[in-house]
Formats: sequence, C-alpha cells, structure tokens
Amino acid sequence: MSELSVEHLLGIKYLKSTDIDLIFRTADHFKEVINRPIKKVPSLRDITIANLFFENSTRTKLSFELAEKRLSADVINFSAGQSSVKKGETLIDTVNNILAMKVDIVVMRHASVGAGVFLSRHVDAKIINAGDGTHEHPTQALLDSYSIREKLGNVKGKKIVIVGDILHSRVALSNIFALQLQGAEVKVCGPTTLIPKYISSLGVQVETNLKKALEWCDVANVLRVQNERMDIKYFPSTREYTQLFGINQEILDNLGKKIVIMHPGPINRGVEITSDVADSDQSIILNQVENGVAVRMAVIYLLAQQVKR
Amino acid sequence: MSKKTLLNSKDIEIILHRLACQLIENHNDFSNTVLIGLQPRGSFLAKRLADLLKTTYQVEGLQLGLLDITFYRDDFRRRDAPLAATATEMDFIIEGKNVVIIDDVLYSGRSVRAALTAMQAYGRPDNIELLVLIDRRFSRHLPIQPNYRGRQVDAINKEKVLVTWAETHKKDAVYIELK
Repeated sequence: MSELSVEHLLGIKYLKSTDIDLIFRTADHFKEVINRPIKKVPSLRDITIANLFFENSTRTKLSFELAEKRLSADVINFSAGQSSVKKGETLIDTVNNILAMKVDIVVMRHASVGAGVFLSRHVDAKIINAGDGTHEHPTQALLDSYSIREKLGNVKGKKIVIVGDILHSRVALSNIFALQLQGAEVKVCGPTTLIPKYISSLGVQVETNLKKALEWCDVANVLRVQNERMDIKYFPSTREYTQLFGINQEILDNLGKKIVIMHPGPINRGVEITSDVADSDQSIILNQVENGVAVRMAVIYLLAQQVKR
Repeated sequence: MSKKTLLNSKDIEIILHRLACQLIENHNDFSNTVLIGLQPRGSFLAKRLADLLKTTYQVEGLQLGLLDITFYRDDFRRRDAPLAATATEMDFIIEGKNVVIIDDVLYSGRSVRAALTAMQAYGRPDNIELLVLIDRRFSRHLPIQPNYRGRQVDAINKEKVLVTWAETHKKDAVYIELK
C-alpha cells in the first residue's frame, strides 16, 4: 500500500495499522533526508500549508514548520493571540478566509475536542490535527511509536506504561490507540483522580503503584502534569505527586532491568521525572524530537499526494 | 502480449565488461570517482559494475552509492498511483568528485533530471556522467544523453523495455514488449 486510507489526519482512531506502517516506512526515508548535508527535498513546492494554532505551542509548531519547510512547501503561521478570533470571528470564517489565499493543507491545534473533525466537514482542505483539547494528538503518538520501534525494533508485543496525568492528556489517548493498533500492551499509571473513569473500556489496565508498573513494562512514557488544564486540585501537593509518581534514577536502578524512558515534553524537571533520568542513556526524549520532524514530513507528504491539482 | 528478447545473459555479460573497461579508460584508479546507482532498478546494474571493477579489474576503494529520487520527481501528484520511496545509501559526500550516474534504461530523461537535483544534497561534484544499459533514443523529453551506453534501441512509445536481473528474476535479460 502506498496511499493513506484517510483524507485527513484527525486522530489515530481513524487509521488502520497499514496506514501506520506506510507512515513509518515513509518517515524512514525522510529521516535519511534530514541527516543529509542539505536537508530539503522539493516535493511540495506547489503546496501551501497553514499552521493554525488556537492554543499555545512551541515544539509541535516548530516541528511542523520545519517538516513543511524541508518538503519545500509554502508556510503561513497563525496564532490566535494576535488574530481576529479575539474579535469574535467563528472558526469556519477564520479558516475560510485563510483558505481563500489558496491553502491546501491546514495544521490545526485547538482547545475544543473534535475541532479538526468539525473543520474537515466544512472546508475544502486536508486537515492535520495537531492537538484538539484533551482528545487526540495523532502526530505525537505516531512519533512516540516510531521512536519505540527504532529503539526496540518492534512495537508489537511490547509492554508500555503511560505514567502521569492521563485525564488531561491528548497524548495518552492517541498513544493508547496507536500502540494497541500495533499490537502492544498498554497500562496507565497515575493518581486515581487523574485517570479517566472508563479508561479500562479501551482495553487498558490501570495501575496506581508506580513501582509495579515499571517492573511490568518495557517502556515508560511519562506525561507532563498539565496544571494549566486543572480546574480543581487533583492531588494534595506537587511534592506528594513526585514522591508517588515521579521517576528518579534510584527507582530505575532497583528494577533489575533497563526500561526505555519517554516524555513528550515539555518536562517539569524534578516533578514527573528527574534531570538525571531525562538525560540518561535510557531516555529517548531527544530521539522523539528528531523523529517528530521525520514523521510529520511523512504525514504531510502522504496527505499532499491527495491534494487535487 | 508479445515479448522479444533484446539481450540475453551472454550479451549482458559482454556489455558489462565493455562498460567497465570504458569506465577504467576514463577514470583510471577511481580515486576521485564515485558510482551512483539510481534506485530501484539502476542499483542492480551499478552493483554488477562495481563488483566487476573490483573483482575482475582489481579497482580498489571504489565508492558506490544508491540514490532514491522519489522526492525529487516532477510528477508528484500527477500519477494515478502514488510513488513509494526506496532507500538511499550514500555514505559519502560528492563535493569535488567525478560522479557516474547509473541507470538501467534511459527513456524520457526525467529520472536523470531528478537525480541531478537529488545529488545536490550531497555536495557539488566536479563532473557528472551518465551510464545506462539501454538508451531508448527518440523518446527523450529533456536534453539528456548518456556518456556510456550498453545498447541503443529504437523502441516505439507503445513498447516497454524490461530489464531483468538474476538477483530478482533468476535471469539476466532485456526484453521489448508491447505495453
């Protein structure tokens, strides 16, 4: 198969495992490209991409922008902070105005769950979801799986625990879908207040003891505590959270095996993960960042194939 | 579908030796020359020539790269079926080198044009030559001609030139068949 089964990348739950295989195979080639002296290919020189970030983002926005530029696409950037959205313009009007400038692909981050799906039904452009509220963040999940595959050779059969603030995380949900689609076993671990009530209906086991979770897993994907999304206090104190769910070198040394440590960033150093762990040889955090560009190049390239001439 | 054998394995072996000798004549010890096979089909010819140069003609330190040109093609979004990329294996820089691009069939010249663009990512070579097993003259879209050719063919556009290699099809041969 050399074509995606979907017209937009709205979430991992819309993908088939063959789509993920195709994205990874294409990303392998782009990873080689971005390690060349000249890290650019001319494939998308007639494609225009708008990065619409209605929510703040640093690394995802930079990663997408770099991916787009390395494919030679024309890129326009939009941040809600300085825009007409502040004046009460609707999402569809904002996007349609941008599309009138002959934009082919929209990369959108939005605080509302389902914003990408909504947009895909109303505008004539390929939509890539760069995070919709607490729902999905598909390219992050793809680059996470790609990094596991690169480190361990395969995702199938691996045991992965997602640690931390599952409730407010879009990374967690996309990761669960992506990992299960590729045949991995997934557990979540965190304070019960930060684990969604019906998460086990997704085939995910819940573990509230960090030590047991780490003993079980091959990979720990540690999530950031999303203080900015918390409207109430979900745990008594940061200190207590760190004592119960923070990962330090001592805990890892006592496991008797070497597990892989991941984090989608930005890290709260000393809270969910200590600096020595984040910078250790068990951590693949920087590999995730590098792979993010290659995976996003692959997604954009494959969707651009479907843009009508 | 009618199929005519243009070259058999013996013909191809003779042609490979001739091409290898022509390369030695022009590039001597290959100290400043690299061979680049275009993926996927040109890589078989490039590997054969490299093996021949090393084993039969004792060329030492020969550098061979395999270049995928998928992302540099000018027909992205123009084809019915999307293109699947293949691997690029270029562990050297071509800055200041003499480069010999190798492909199995030269038809429109568009693949070679894409290869010339792709190679810019690996430096600025001093000189670039083109070696092909089959040169389908009269079918060029671009002003590109080979420096070394195995056989020149006057095939019409309805005909397809098919090169098979022992590594993949159990037999070295070149056929002409109606599309």
